[in-house]
Amino acid sequence: MTYPADLAYSKEHEWVRGPLEEGAEVVVGITAHAADALGDVVFVDPPQVGAAVIAGEVCGELESTKAVSELYSPVSGEVVAVNDALDPAPETINSDPYGEGWIVKVKLSGAPEGLMDAAGYEGLLG
Amino acid sequence: MTETTLLTTPLTSLHEEAGASMVDYAGWSMPVRYLSDVAEHEAVRTSAGLFDLSHMAEIIVSGDDAAALLDYALVGRASGLALGRAGYSMMCAPDGGVIDDVIVYRRDHDYFMVVANAANRDAVLSELWARREAYPAGDGSCQAAISDETESLALIAVQGPESADIVARMCQRGDDDVHALKYYAAANVVLKGGVHAYVARTGYTGEDGFELFVGADVAQDVWALAVETGGDALTLCGLAARNSLRLEAGMPLYGNELSRELTPFDAGLGWVVKFGTESKPRGAFVGREALEAAASQVPERALVGLVSQGRRAARDGYSIVDAEGGAIGTVTSGLPSPTLGHPIACAYVPAEIGAPGTEVTVDIRGRRESMTVTKLPFYTRQERA
Repeated sequence: MTYPADLAYSKEHEWVRGPLEEGAEVVVGITAHAADALGDVVFVDPPQVGAAVIAGEVCGELESTKAVSELYSPVSGEVVAVNDALDPAPETINSDPYGEGWIVKVKLSGAPEGLMDAAGYEGLLG
Repeated sequence: MTETTLLTTPLTSLHEEAGASMVDYAGWSMPVRYLSDVAEHEAVRTSAGLFDLSHMAEIIVSGDDAAALLDYALVGRASGLALGRAGYSMMCAPDGGVIDDVIVYRRDHDYFMVVANAANRDAVLSELWARREAYPAGDGSCQAAISDETESLALIAVQGPESADIVARMCQRGDDDVHALKYYAAANVVLKGGVHAYVARTGYTGEDGFELFVGADVAQDVWALAVETGGDALTLCGLAARNSLRLEAGMPLYGNELSRELTPFDAGLGWVVKFGTESKPRGAFVGREALEAAASQVPERALVGLVSQGRRAARDGYSIVDAEGGAIGTVTSGLPSPTLGHPIACAYVPAEIGAPGTEVTVDIRGRRESMTVTKLPFYTRQERA
């Protein structure tokens, strides 16, 4: 499994792409490790556009046949876009977790804290 | 996380080489999926899938009193099985609670194979030993040998509409025996390469299918033969697909729908208990008195199927709630059905709301969702012409 070097990672297995500063818009998804642990994602219940999300708090759900997993926001801010393509094709999260499988875009209310680089995240996975 | 040594099957190394995601299942390292659990599930519904089920326990009961001992130890009548036939049965405690659900194969007149769940292997074995001591006179005079062959045998399942063709082509003499085998019947066959296998037309998927019992020493050869013979028509499948397939087919899973706290009658499976008839009387068996009482009572709750037109699936342990939000029932298994495209679940509910068509409310992680009681199974295969 791969963990791109240009992303930041949370300990709840989400990734963040974009400038990590107040007012910036970042893209959020789940890591290949999380997608693999869940199995084929069959339903994504993301937060709605306009919703306020808080780092470390639950903002949505992902379901596979095997399990349901809560989606934790890795950053704080306002949801400015949701990946509607996941509704008819949730399995995109498994096939392309860092690309077409992105989940939401968030406008940051402040610089995020506690995120890791790829090496740090891989260290967490052990 | 504590480190425990997991049991491995003779095929574990092949699963790892194939890139399977491995999980701890009842103390065994087993493949939960290879690539895609939904694709594996669909392959079994439309073509065929290959499963390693070597974690299942095989217990051989043999000898002059083997049939009589099993008649005493289980709720079914093993002595009534014809040679080469299999029967679904249960082992119950004296209070009627289910210790395990098992399949009994009569491989020879005095030679039975009891296939038990991996998680219940020790419980079934120790109960069989204890019941042998107690039967028939409490003096240990029962002439039956009990042998745990779980680790000397591998169990490989080929399941799906193409399974009969694939298994027949795995046989040394393009064997018609396989096609002629009836459901819940089994036969000794010789596979290509001269390997002997005990092939049963049994399974846990709701499709036509076969289970091959082979020596652990030849398991990798049989697995490779299946892969080569099946080609593109055969997909490697893990335990995630096995679970979604069995739930669609309305088949109970021990630990979910069945437990020590429930009798077979509670689970709507009272038919497995054979009290005997005038023409076929039956003597004592463990749990008989409690089960007779259970059979004569109107059950207070029912095991039902639930379906929903929503998208969020009810899962094992979620509550069925009344108008005030109080728990009145419990979901035992649930998932988004890959074949049907909507959530399905099994649940114990009060009998008065157990009729098909009744709307119930399930607490799904704090949100109440409506589900409809439906007849089991959720999915029935189309018989092929």
